[in-house]
Amino acid sequence: MNLRLEPRTDAPRWFATAMTFAAFALALVISGVIIALVGGDPIRSYLHILRAAFGSVGVISDTLVTATPLMLTGLAVALAFRMRLWNIGAEGQFLLGAWGAAAIVLAPVLPAGTPAIIVLPVMMLAGAVAGGIWGFIPGILRAKLGVNEIIVTLMLNYVALFWMQFWVFGPWSEGGFQQTVQFPREAWLPRLADLAGTFPALGGLTVHLGLILGIVVAAIMWVALERTRWGYEIRLIGDSPRAARFAGIDISRRIVIVFAISGAIAGLAGMSEVSGVVHHLQDRISPGYGFTAIIIAYLARFGPFRVIIASILFGALILAGREIQPSGVPAMIQGVILFALIGAEVIIRYRVRFERRLVTV
Amino acid sequence: MTSPTPVPALEARGIVKAFPGVVANDQVDFDLRSGEIHALLGENGAGKSTLMNILAGLYQPDSGEIRLDGQPVAFRSPRDAIAAGIGMVHQHFTLVPSQTVTENVVLGLDRPRFRLQSSRSEAEVGRVAAQFGLRVDPRAKIWQLSVGEQQRVEILKMLYRGARILIMDEPTAVLAPQEIDELFRTLRSMTADGRSVVFISHKLGEVLAIADRITVMRRGKVTAAGIPPADTSMTDLARRMVGREVLVSVERTAYQPGEVVLAVRGVHAENDRGLPALRDVSLDVRAGEIVGIAAVAGNGQSELAQVVTALRPCTGSVTIGGAEVANRSPGYAIKQGVAHIPEDRTGVGSAPDLSLVDNLIMKRYRDAPIAHGWFVDDDAARGFAETLKGEYEISAPSIDTEARLLSGGNLQRLIIAREIESGPRLMVAVQPTRGLDVGAIEAVHRVLLARREAGAAILLISEDLDEILTLADRVDVMYEGRIVGSFSSAMADIGEIGLLMTGGGDGVRPTEPAEPADPAAARP
Repeated sequence: MNLRLEPRTDAPRWFATAMTFAAFALALVISGVIIALVGGDPIRSYLHILRAAFGSVGVISDTLVTATPLMLTGLAVALAFRMRLWNIGAEGQFLLGAWGAAAIVLAPVLPAGTPAIIVLPVMMLAGAVAGGIWGFIPGILRAKLGVNEIIVTLMLNYVALFWMQFWVFGPWSEGGFQQTVQFPREAWLPRLADLAGTFPALGGLTVHLGLILGIVVAAIMWVALERTRWGYEIRLIGDSPRAARFAGIDISRRIVIVFAISGAIAGLAGMSEVSGVVHHLQDRISPGYGFTAIIIAYLARFGPFRVIIASILFGALILAGREIQPSGVPAMIQGVILFALIGAEVIIRYRVRFERRLVTV
Repeated sequence: MTSPTPVPALEARGIVKAFPGVVANDQVDFDLRSGEIHALLGENGAGKSTLMNILAGLYQPDSGEIRLDGQPVAFRSPRDAIAAGIGMVHQHFTLVPSQTVTENVVLGLDRPRFRLQSSRSEAEVGRVAAQFGLRVDPRAKIWQLSVGEQQRVEILKMLYRGARILIMDEPTAVLAPQEIDELFRTLRSMTADGRSVVFISHKLGEVLAIADRITVMRRGKVTAAGIPPADTSMTDLARRMVGREVLVSVERTAYQPGEVVLAVRGVHAENDRGLPALRDVSLDVRAGEIVGIAAVAGNGQSELAQVVTALRPCTGSVTIGGAEVANRSPGYAIKQGVAHIPEDRTGVGSAPDLSLVDNLIMKRYRDAPIAHGWFVDDDAARGFAETLKGEYEISAPSIDTEARLLSGGNLQRLIIAREIESGPRLMVAVQPTRGLDVGAIEAVHRVLLARREAGAAILLISEDLDEILTLADRVDVMYEGRIVGSFSSAMADIGEIGLLMTGGGDGVRPTEPAEPADPAAARP
């Protein structure tokens, strides 16, 4: 038997979407088998995940909180991937964004007592700029010198991590602990729970403004990609760099800009996380959001609104997973999903043929 | 077993192979005797490579029969063919640069089974190399070798695998003259050993020098089957290669050239391999005229198109309407009013996964009405695409269809529609009708002539001499990066152009245009 891959030419529009769902379903089946093999009950596990993530208003809120950093980093990665720029560095850009935002109140850049209406936008800006610089570096290296962006972004993740650790363990350490002092209230993104005074039903809901930020960024990104000249150029470069060059587009410049914006969005995610959830800077601020973002971007097939849905799905998985088991099962399911998606990618692009080898001379 | 027999070593009968939109091989017969060098001559697209790829197991024929030593065979892969003793050396080498010659030669073989015994393999490879006079160090790394040496490694690979029949696809295209002599000596020593060689080329001189017999192909058919060099001449071969039948004549208006739009002066440029592709090229194209570049593929005409559209760096001067575009950005050249129908339609001329709309607005999205500030006006873009789809008869289910789903002819219509609608004063058309059917060819020709009438300057680069003579007002012939002859197409002699294209005109190269009436001579 011979396995042969032929490019598909006639796949209808819905095919890619259907295959993505199928891959997701297949991943759940495979994960279920593994759960069963280690003695668990897959149906009960999945039902538990569902209940733990969406069972009440309270847990839905928690799911959305977990989804927020995934959403923003997912958008960052999806934007770069649209142009076939493999930004594996959202994690580092996230960390640097968190650091930049923290610096506003910890350095401090703004004096204590500055009202939230000023502090928060400045923190957002600082996070975006810090993350943007972390995206600009691989962008300019790729555009001007042809340096592989995967390697650069991957390594810059470590630089960002150590940079942040230096500040957390050193200058900004709170009495030698591995975290900084808590931010003043003015540096906290507003949460639904803040309105509990007026609407008691909202008490304890931790959803914060970062979620709105994510949705707004997704909307802007969709308009920019689908409706503007700039977005048209990005799509053209992503599909065929040679055709784009032929059409007179300056590709190097677009690479730098897209990479910087991608970094800025990931930086914004870092800001949203420190300001909306953690309220101080600490060593383990990200459990790998920037890497999960890659799976999310793929699952969403790089569409901004689909990123929102995919990130909520993963938010649920991570949140509920913590209840089942601290790390093993949810990480395993994520990994299986990624594998299934990559497999689906092949099926979307190619028709797989099995051929019997003919007898020859 | 390699002794000459009345049965041909390799024989193909009635081979038919069609690709979408083109019949590459149409009832082709070919036979190869033991111990001969058989040259296969033809223009690009004539079907030579297709035929050889079938014999080497890369393609399967739609119909027809292949016999090896009289026995019918069917190859499913190159591995089958090499097992049967047929090896092909392609134009683009398949070597691993970081490995040694020996490692490349033994790569993929069953022996040695587990442990590489370098010294033993090296000795074996060295012995085979010496036997056929292939000068190459078995221990050298591929990246250290010249192109000529790499070719020797490819030949060595095939000989080491026991090839009795070697197919060489345009082997001299990448070689320096002294390397060509050496290659010929190697081929001679192989045939002396009873092996056979198929030698694909479009250079007449070397074909007459090396071949025992010559087969000529044109447009998928054989026009001369296995004739000995003594029975033919360069002129005869050139005519068989480029053909003589006159195409359906298209109506054209009188030739009234205007001012110079494109002026190329003393341009030198390199190809992708870093070898000189253009050598001191100078030419003019005036408003309202079509200048044809007649050349066989790989003689610098593609690079010329890229230099003119600022896609390739060069030295010298290229001006469009007086503005220097050499080494500027492609975007700048577009602003000067250049449109380009590129050779590579799927890779350069279109974005395969984007819709018809996105592909059609490629040159217009920066301007109103499609551009609306920072935005692309979706309605205007769709309206524009819909109009062009109707006007240029691009047949596709809708304007949202992806470009990769279009047939070759429709994709070319799309590209031409887009380029012409950009309102160019200079149009560079490269192989605009290659692979198209007759109807599509006519449509393309009409469109080009309409642009000429509208006062555009057109540089037409084509390997189809009939097309050039049908459309062009003047013809420049290129060979090895130089312009070796200029003709007014009314005065052109197809035989002479064919000779010049194939390097056969070295003695009679006209450096200056023959007629004083030539407009290039009347430049102020």
